[in-house]
Formats: sequence, C-alpha cells, structure tokens
Amino acid sequence: MCLAIPAKVIEKKGTQGVAEIGGVRREVDLQLLEDVEIGDYVILHAGFGIQKLDTKEAEETLDLLREFMDGKR
Amino acid sequence: MKESSGNWHISLAHGSGGKLTHDLIKNHFSTEFKNPILSALADSAVLNLNGTRLAFTTDSHVIKPLFYPGGDIGKLAVYGTVNDLAVVGAKPLYISCAYVVEEGFDGESLDRITRSLAEAARTAGVIVVTGDTKVVEHGKGDGIFINTSGIGICNYTLPQDIEIGDKILINGTIGDHEIAIISARGELGLNLKLESDCAPLADLISHVLTTSGKIKFMRDPTRGGLATTLNEIVEERDFGVIIDEGTIPVREEVKGVCSLLGFDPLYLANEGKVVIIVGREDASKVLDVMRVHPLGMGSQIIGEIIESPEGRVCLKTEIGGTRIVDMPVGTQLPRIC
Amino acid sequence: MKYIDEFYDREICDTLAEEIGKKSTGAKLTFMEVCGTHTMSIFRNGIKDLLPENIRVLSGPGCPVCVTPNRTIDHAIAIARLNGVCVSSFGDMMRVPGSSSSLQREHGGGADVRVVYSVRDAVEIAERNPDKKVLFLGIGFETTTPTVASSIKDSSQRGLRNYFVLPAHKLIPPAIRAILDSGETKINGFLLPGHVSVIIGEKPYGFIAEDYGVPCAIAGFEPTDILYAILRLVEQVNSGNPAVENCYKRSVRQNGNQLAKDLVNEIFEVCDSEWRGLGVIPDSGLKIRGEYGEFDALCNFEVEVEETRENPACLCGEVLRGVSSPLDCALFGTICTPENPAGPCMVSFEGTCAAYYKYADDRR
Repeated sequence: MCLAIPAKVIEKKGTQGVAEIGGVRREVDLQLLEDVEIGDYVILHAGFGIQKLDTKEAEETLDLLREFMDGKR
Repeated sequence: MKESSGNWHISLAHGSGGKLTHDLIKNHFSTEFKNPILSALADSAVLNLNGTRLAFTTDSHVIKPLFYPGGDIGKLAVYGTVNDLAVVGAKPLYISCAYVVEEGFDGESLDRITRSLAEAARTAGVIVVTGDTKVVEHGKGDGIFINTSGIGICNYTLPQDIEIGDKILINGTIGDHEIAIISARGELGLNLKLESDCAPLADLISHVLTTSGKIKFMRDPTRGGLATTLNEIVEERDFGVIIDEGTIPVREEVKGVCSLLGFDPLYLANEGKVVIIVGREDASKVLDVMRVHPLGMGSQIIGEIIESPEGRVCLKTEIGGTRIVDMPVGTQLPRIC
Repeated sequence: MKYIDEFYDREICDTLAEEIGKKSTGAKLTFMEVCGTHTMSIFRNGIKDLLPENIRVLSGPGCPVCVTPNRTIDHAIAIARLNGVCVSSFGDMMRVPGSSSSLQREHGGGADVRVVYSVRDAVEIAERNPDKKVLFLGIGFETTTPTVASSIKDSSQRGLRNYFVLPAHKLIPPAIRAILDSGETKINGFLLPGHVSVIIGEKPYGFIAEDYGVPCAIAGFEPTDILYAILRLVEQVNSGNPAVENCYKRSVRQNGNQLAKDLVNEIFEVCDSEWRGLGVIPDSGLKIRGEYGEFDALCNFEVEVEETRENPACLCGEVLRGVSSPLDCALFGTICTPENPAGPCMVSFEGTCAAYYKYADDRR
C-alpha cells in the first residue's frame, strides 16, 4: 500500500528539493516536513518526503540485531 | 483482453514480450503458418539449403525516444538482428533495412539515424544489401519505425540437449537498456547517468563457441527481460531452472530506479546481453573467456538446470528463501503498493 | 543503497528465523500483514521459507488494487470516456477490471489515460494542458493521502481550474476493526503497515491490543524488519500481554507526522466507505470538504456510471478476508488468469490469487 524508500537530500530550495537513491536523482516535495537539511535522509513516497529518517535509530536497530545475533552464536 | 462478446483487441501488453505476446503468437499466428521451422519459435530460423545451414531472422524497432544515452533506433535496428543471428550459432553476414517514416519527419534526424545504422553495420561486420522506404501521412506514424532482417551461416549445431546440472551464464548487468530509455524519456523526472547496453554480441559469442562444444542454448533477453527468457527455456520441458539472486549482476542505478518505482530488474529489457546454457564441466572455462572480452567483463554464473519443479523458474533470494519467477504479463508501471 | 542493504543481512535473518522457530512452541499462529507492500516483500524475499511450519502469514486489506470497489473504477472509466478529459492514476489501478472495462482498455480505445509516479505529475499535466480537464484517481491509504491533499491545496492557492480528484482514499484502523468484528478468521497478531504509521503514529492502533487483546507490531519492509516484527509478535503471544510495538523506529515516531495529518484534515473529512470484500465500513473513507468542492470530481463531471457488475463466482472478497483460498474459486486459473484477471487479487502482482497461480502445479 505504500512503497517508500530512504533517499538522501542533496539539494533544497524552500519546500522543494532533490534526493538521491543508488545514484538516481529526483525532485522531491518536502512540504510535509519541517527543518530538513541537505545530507538528511527522508522516507520518499510518490515524490514526497513523508518523514525524516532517524539515522541514530537506524544504527541502534542494526546494533541491536547484531548483538542479538552474536548473543545467539 | 477478452470481452464477453469473444471479440478481442490488441493491447500494449501484447507487445511486451511476456505472456500475452506468447499467447498471441501461439494462438493466432503459429496456427495460421503451421510449419515446424516457425513453431520452434527460435531467435532465428535455421534453414538447410543443399548442405548450407542458413540462419534467417527479422525484427522491428519502435522506440521512444529515437536517440538515447548509449544508442539510437539505427544502432538498435542492426544489433537486434545481429544478436538474434549470433545466438543460434550463425555468423551474421547480410541485413535488409526497411523504414516506415511519418510525413514531416525531420530530415536531419533521418540522416543521423541512417549514419548510425551504417556505422553499426560496419562495427558488426554485416552489409546492408537491400531495403525499402515507405512514408505514412502525418499523424499516422510515430516518427519512424525500422524493420531489419538478417541472414548468416550456421557453423555450430544449436541448441543441443539441455541436461540437469548445466550451468546458466550471463555476460553482464541486467536492466541497463530499459532504465536508460525510461530516464531518457524524462516522464518520471529521473536523473541518472546510465547508458543502454546496446551492442553486437556476434564476436563474444564466436569466442564462446570456439571454447566449448557443450554450448547447449543461447538467447538475448530483450523485451520481458531475463525472467521471460528463462521461462521460455523451461516452457513445457521436463526440467526447471534455479537462479541465485546474489549472483545476478545489477547496477546500483538500476537498483535505485527499481526501488523508487517498485520494478523488478528481472523483467527489464536488455539489448547487449546473452543468456548461455553450457555443460557443467565447461562452465568456468567459458566464463573466463567471456570475462576477457570487452562485452563480457561482468559475466557471471547465475544458476543451473534442475530436475524439479519442471517448467518453472525458481529464484534463491539473498536471504535464503526461494520464490517462483513467472512470465510477465505486460510492462511494469510505477506503483505505490 | 544506504539504509536498505544493511537490513538484508542474511546471517541476521537466519538467526531471527531460528529464534522464531524456538519461541513459537509449535502452536499454530496466524499473523495478518495488513499492508500490500509487506505482502510483496514477504513474497519477493521468500520469507515464508524461513518461517516454521506452524506460522501462517495472511495478506490483509492494505492494497488499493484489492479493496477499491468496482463503482470507483467504473466512475473513472466513465470520466475517461468524456471529451477533453485526461485521467491520471498510479500504475497500480491500470489493469484492475471494473464492471465491463479497465483504464488500460480505455487507453487502448484511445482515451487519454496516463500513469503517473507522483500526484505532482498530474497537477503538471493540468498546468500544461489548460484546455483539458485533468482527473487524478485518488487511491491509497494514510501514507498517500497527504500528497493528494497537498495537490489540492497547491492548486487552490494557484487558482488552477482544470485539476480534479476522484476521492477513493481509505483508512486502515477501521478496516482492521471490521476484520476483528467479523471474527471470521482467528488472527493471533497484526503486522502493522510501516509507512501508514509514519503518518498516523502508534496511537490509532491502540484499540486492537486493548479492546481485542491482539498483539501488534509496526514493521519496516526489509527482510530483517519483517522477521524481527514477527519474532516480537510471537513473544507477545507467549507473554500473554498484547501491545502495539513499534519495530520501525527509524521511520515511525510515536505521534506520526502532524503536519501531514493537519493537511489531510484541512482538505478531507472522514466518511463511510465501501471496501471490496468487506462491504461498507463506517468512517473508513475520506471525501473532499465543501470549501474545496471545485476540485471534487464527484460534483464536477456529469457522467452516467454503469451499474456495478461483479462476476458472482469471483471469491476475491472472501480471499481478501482470509476466509477462502484462491483454489476454492471456480474462476481460478481458467477464466481468471494473470493475463485476463476477473478480480483484483489476480491483478496485483503479489496478490493472493496471482501468487497462488504462480505456485499452482496443475495450471498447464
């Protein structure tokens, strides 16, 4: 129901910007988000940023899963 | 699409190279032209003319835009036919070239296409020996359509019997052509540096054929992509195919666009790729030869022939699960779910 | 690709799958993944092979192709047949059969039907073609609705007169409640839609755990996300205290995206809505508010929408509710095939019927 992927904001003018995923760039609409800066990752759905990706949370999730795996081995 | 009244119409999906294209050919064309050569549905017909094995094929090209990074309709028209001859083990020799041009089409572009077509013929080592030109009223065509037919001499007997354990090879990354076209069309606002892989494969294939006598089958996965070609190989046969997702070469940009639009790279068209089935014991030898060729540097062994499930293409996913890869129905569309 | 590939780690998946096997103590568990994109990821990555036999994962009503009723598609088709009109839609809806046609077939018949990646592309078509009335088929759930709301607001501010939306948006929580109330299938836990939750947050799902005692896990879409969420569901079942657990913290905030929710509330208002297979669910849809009525296709196109006809033998509704399997349907694999779908579950590439058709042995 909602194909959306993390993309890196590389340009920004007002509520419009350009995001990049896997070397592909596309214009994105950022009006649904506040204080997005260049270098941030946003969740991109149908041309709109619908949330800022919390990179700290992403790293923590990965650490949790890796510890979980080490704990099991 | 069948309407209740039984009457039917052509849809875009009939031209996608997938299921509807196959049904169209099987249920509406092969039935009319009943003959064993056609019903083999090979990339080229192989004809026996008093001892000489002649390969013969035809291909039409309707592409938008006409010019795109890495190629144009002229280059595509030559290499498409050259590759269809090469994959049946023939040395491409002569091609025909027929234009259907729309009234008002820009002359400069026509010259540019013709120059590119001539240059591609020289590169592929074939000669344009016959042709035709028709002009249709303005608004009745879409710029220009090109048909090319080609003949060559077969020096190798293909296909040979495919056996369980035979390996499946591909000469590089998949999806480059279709993604380059989608990007060049500019309708989806995508900006990426990617060229079509449009290239003549006859030279690479000749090296492969001189390296091993165990080349069982070859096909260039154009419309409908790798998935369609693999499904064509196993259709109504007593064996199946398994491929390993981790070994299938896909460029980062193609993965990026596929994630963005919800596409599967296995269904994207290619114009410079060949799928080769080779006897297990010759696989690494053939792989090495391919990897030293400029059009095979990214070659990989991506899977093998298996006993069951018959008539199916299975995929081992990167995380260790498996799924069935079916024949596509139409072309992929950007989606949200 | 950053923040995607890392969540495809095979070793982590194997460990999670092993843990799910150990912790699920052999009890037969059915988890419903509400979101069609979860269905696609589970199918594409072969996640079912990693799960133990006793765990079943069921597709829920979270796919616009599956739940949009015929009437909406017939309405879009009727508008597409008018002169000087362009109908734009996400690719998902092109092949969905209406009562007698589809947008794809209308395109084949010469209608101006265009696929767009973003609703902004539809607005652009309207700007570039002032003489055409441009309709956007407004499908999608809480994730997509804010984008369509913004297209209406922007057009209003810019005084664009030839852009219209056919509102067919639906809301997830009421649909989950309807499934629980119907009680037709025993559901031991819900894999909640990650990107809907990016917008609405965690609170709107509270009733599932509190009133119905069913465990919930908001899940991301990569394999490790889905396996981790399933593990958490198993642990909730074992612990006996159901909750709404956010396993997709990198994207889902507790309160969701307030800016997006406010914009949707400004443009749309909640209304009853018909879902294919689930019937009319109260307060489960959105209609355009009166003050933006000039953008509402329902009151700006004089069209005769054909009488809704669904093939009586089509069991897509029951399949959607997890009550029937595609194999129970008389049309399956003969009249209804991927190239000639009779119902939506065969259209969607990973729809339940399309997936069954791929795996069916006797389909030759």
